[in-house]
Amino acid sequence: MKDLLQIRGLSPEQIESILSRAGEYFDVVTAGGKPFPKLKDRSVITLFYENSTRTRASFESAAKYLGAEVVNLSVSASSVQKGESLKDTALTLDAMCPDVIVMRHAQSGAPHRLAGWVKAHVVNGGDGLHAHPTQALLDMFTAQRHFGSLNGRTAAIIGDIEHSRVARSNIYAMTLLGMKVKLFGPSTLMPSDMSGMPCTVCSSMREALEGADIVMALRIQLERMKGGLFPSAGEYNKYFGLNKDVMKYANDGAIIMHPGPVNRGVELSHDVLDDPVCIKDIQVTGGLSVRMALLDMLIGGEL
Amino acid sequence: MLVINNATVKGRQVNILIEGDRVVSVGKRTRSAKGDVVIDASGLTALPGFIDMHVHLREPGFEYKEDIASGTAAAVRGGFTAVACMPNTRPVVDTPYLVKYILMRAKEADNCRVYPIAAITKGEEGQQLSEMKKLKDAGAVAFSDDGVPVSDSRMMRNALLYAASFSLPVIEHCEDKSLAEGGVVNEGKNSNLLGLPGISRASEDAEIARNIVLAEVYGVPVHLAHVSTRGGMQLIREAKARGVKVTCETCPHYMALTDDEILGFNTMAKVNPPLREEEDRQAVIAAIADGTADCIVTDHAPHSKEDKDNGMYDSPNGISGIETSYAVSYTTLVEGGYISQERLSELMTYNPAEILGVECGRIEKGGLADITLVDNSAEFTVDPSEFASKGKNTPFAGKKYKGVIEYTIVGGKVKYARKEEI
Repeated sequence: MKDLLQIRGLSPEQIESILSRAGEYFDVVTAGGKPFPKLKDRSVITLFYENSTRTRASFESAAKYLGAEVVNLSVSASSVQKGESLKDTALTLDAMCPDVIVMRHAQSGAPHRLAGWVKAHVVNGGDGLHAHPTQALLDMFTAQRHFGSLNGRTAAIIGDIEHSRVARSNIYAMTLLGMKVKLFGPSTLMPSDMSGMPCTVCSSMREALEGADIVMALRIQLERMKGGLFPSAGEYNKYFGLNKDVMKYANDGAIIMHPGPVNRGVELSHDVLDDPVCIKDIQVTGGLSVRMALLDMLIGGEL
Repeated sequence: MLVINNATVKGRQVNILIEGDRVVSVGKRTRSAKGDVVIDASGLTALPGFIDMHVHLREPGFEYKEDIASGTAAAVRGGFTAVACMPNTRPVVDTPYLVKYILMRAKEADNCRVYPIAAITKGEEGQQLSEMKKLKDAGAVAFSDDGVPVSDSRMMRNALLYAASFSLPVIEHCEDKSLAEGGVVNEGKNSNLLGLPGISRASEDAEIARNIVLAEVYGVPVHLAHVSTRGGMQLIREAKARGVKVTCETCPHYMALTDDEILGFNTMAKVNPPLREEEDRQAVIAAIADGTADCIVTDHAPHSKEDKDNGMYDSPNGISGIETSYAVSYTTLVEGGYISQERLSELMTYNPAEILGVECGRIEKGGLADITLVDNSAEFTVDPSEFASKGKNTPFAGKKYKGVIEYTIVGGKVKYARKEEI
């Protein structure tokens, strides 16, 4: 496999092999051991057209922990603002012979275009509303650490599905690992036709949460209120936010996940935010391990 | 004299004699004399030359995409003897001298007839009516702000009333911009799969409804451009049944393709209105078959390779469609068993001519000798590199269709011959 652009199209075996390698790195990293010289003399470019703190830091750390050289390019610091086209940028970067280009872009499909132009491996660090495959992998990694096998379990994804690349990637990742996926959110933030994806759209929070082992809350962008997609943060929290009361519908031992950053008191109420049931912080360490595994295996031709 | 021997016309084998720009006889007898140009049309069907009342020739202003010479060369290669070109050039065709410029350039190119369409509003800005009567006197055959709708309903009312007073059609691009905002493909299953912002059918249908209401309340005609939705066709069908003076057109891509073509982020399939879903495609065919749709147009929208190499968001809308229009329409509709060859001529020749108020080819004594000879049995694979158009942008590339254009005759003169023996 040359590029990781989306989860759709991967096999369960490919996902399991990445998660398994990530597990090895996770154990060593959390035990305090860091440098793995596996990618010494290799280079990784992060090309981010959208702001990001955690994803970019996670990729950069992952590459550095493996001994690779990392060059970070962001839109404000490069010639992209001078009107240079994506293609020009791609060809210039490729001429520097990087092994991997990690790209984030506000337009769905941008990494797919990049992948067609460059010899380097392309990893999608999030494209528009379309896909965020490494986020889904780290979510599955985290869930597996918690539950063991995910086969036969149920996930509920709650919130702004329409604008969520995290949801679109997780629906596939969860299904490939044998999970059932249910969705719930304001109808204005639900795609008009979900029939192409392996999931069920629910008509109430209760219906979505019943039987769920994993409840994933998506970040809501508060500026969407201006477009009339929902009336207020308070109303959102009351009817679409997660709190201890609604979590009673979910299975005993269910966990809450959130791709972060959380709008406190909106998607997640305070009573669940700092509860052990909410495992958003473990997700960050998992992300590092997953990205180390991915870079290692992609460059090593193991995928 | 131009003599066409052994052509099939309405199921009969005939010889067609042409003198000047007129058909002088259609019959069994061969009467070719020395010095005549003779076409052996054995195995070919003779049809009245096609009229595409919705093309973008891009000149002036966007000659890197297409110009009048290349666009009309593409037209005759596609079997078209006349085209009506949209005014969204740079500058916008909203003054008489630009209408005359287009006519002059068309004459120089000397391929097919070109009928300029002028803007409804100055600069297509929707603020002030263009000088419609002056534009008509300069040679404009219709008005349209195509590419954008006339969003202000009062402005549209005025445009319809004013244009109707001197019998020129108004062609409206139906799109509610507030509903379409930000969208790049059809809103539906595939926009969700690709995470692309969608354009709702409601955007098109709402504007179709508004235009029908204006036409109905004021009793004036309106022609609706490139209808792509099931709901839109139903609104038009019902309006026609009530006697509203509404006519409409649809395009080969709406009858033959769905938004499955966008999968893989294929900008060649990015067009406005967007390719819809199978139920819409079926509804478009049904509307063509039952007379709801009056015309097939291409919305020929040539773009450069660089333009279309800009991703789904930034690439311009449009398909370079004039060289595949007949084959796609013939294969889908006639071979598909939905309509007859005669009905296809209504859609591609007679009805556009009537709406524009121009003469069209007729294969009968005294008829205008605008004639297209096609080989309906020949199948070919669409190869954009063979296009005469500068625009190679087509989602039909690699697809197979029947119906090869062999000769295009405009005003009694052969303007295109596939084998170039004439």
